[in-house]
Amino acid sequence: MCLAIPGKILEISPEITPRRGLVSFEGVKKSICLDLVPDAERGSYVIVHAGFAIAVLNEREAKKTLDLIAELHVDRPDRPAGAL
Amino acid sequence: MKYLDEYRDGQAASRLAGQIDTCTTQPWTLMEICGGQTHTIVKYGLEELLPPSMHLIHGPGCPVCVTPIGIIDQAHRLAATKDVIFTAFGDMLRVPGSAKDLLSVKAEGGDVRVVYSPLDAIRLAEREQTRHVVFFGIGFETTAPTTALAVLEADRLNLDNFSVLCSHVLVPPAIEAILSSPSNTVQGLLAAGHVCTITGFNEYFSLADKYHIPIVVTGFEPVDILQGILMTVKQLESGRCEVQNQYSRTVQRCGNTKALEIMQRVFEPCDRVWRGMGSIPASGLALKGEFARFDAAVRFDLPVSSGDESSPCMAGEILRGKTKPHQCASFAGDCTPEHPLGAPMVSSEGACAAYYLYKARHQDRSA
Repeated sequence: MCLAIPGKILEISPEITPRRGLVSFEGVKKSICLDLVPDAERGSYVIVHAGFAIAVLNEREAKKTLDLIAELHVDRPDRPAGAL
Repeated sequence: MKYLDEYRDGQAASRLAGQIDTCTTQPWTLMEICGGQTHTIVKYGLEELLPPSMHLIHGPGCPVCVTPIGIIDQAHRLAATKDVIFTAFGDMLRVPGSAKDLLSVKAEGGDVRVVYSPLDAIRLAEREQTRHVVFFGIGFETTAPTTALAVLEADRLNLDNFSVLCSHVLVPPAIEAILSSPSNTVQGLLAAGHVCTITGFNEYFSLADKYHIPIVVTGFEPVDILQGILMTVKQLESGRCEVQNQYSRTVQRCGNTKALEIMQRVFEPCDRVWRGMGSIPASGLALKGEFARFDAAVRFDLPVSSGDESSPCMAGEILRGKTKPHQCASFAGDCTPEHPLGAPMVSSEGACAAYYLYKARHQDRSA
């Protein structure tokens, strides 16, 4: 139920109420309600749930998390990079 | 997909698992709140990467699973009503009520339709002016603002043929119910990232203090979950009980203020029965009196039904984290996703469905 996935805003239609935009999920495009994310702009990544963007993804924080993990010291050998 | 694939990377997961192993000196019991997190843990076999002494309990964070049978029965009654179009998320169609499920009501002639968003139900009501459209509003704080916005939209459009069967629930009261139980064994919590995207995590500081428990707001991908576990274990090993945010790319401490404003405008707290957990004070959301004309229970004068659970189903024990799905005698025999006895086997977030879908695969792989 609380499933939400990131997508990129391709365009915003300010004339529609509630505010909507076209969001791309790796090429699959869908019209999404942007009313709950007033700060979202064209090009922003948003987290989408049940047809609504519920947050603008913070790209700086996303990078920070990954950088932190990359810096972890580990005693056992790394797996090869790639999907689990 | 960008911002998903990086968090499914095997090398990052391996590094985190190594750190968890290094940090852990004694057995710990953690609970992941959200059913989406449970599915990731079981799907990716994350428990196999953890120290054998680490115990993960699957929490009650599946709204489909905790919707009380009395409200499911109300949904069936509405869906069978003449000139009603009953709309719901797809997960709700197979959930058994006292006697049947929504798919059976549909087979018997009820007009039951799956919608992706509450706003789809609004568009349907605009098109079908001679019929009444009911939306089944279920879900946690993640979903509640979307229902609230649909109600405001119905109000703005002055729609007289739209209402909501409202069964939204709130996570912090359920966490408190678990932690305050004398038989509680949970020592650390992974809070649900998408619920906190809306609510923020200010409410969790008092829970962490009161129950001396670390709470880490955690995302949904395997790397997120392993990092959430690492942050929790580091706190436990050093005797701390703080609130931390692993899912900082999405969650802010104050949450989504616009969504919270909309929720507060439309809803008020109410006591709510959780399937398998009983009544929890102030754990539900009801439409405020000024929006009563959009409340399906008021509009159709629905009787309150208590509803009886199917006797062999152990959903209550599973939702409270007391039993694992495969320990139920009906699991994968009398109870399967095709013929579920209880909601946790139906929902895409239910713990029983996760075990059914993924555990057999892991067992095959290790055989």
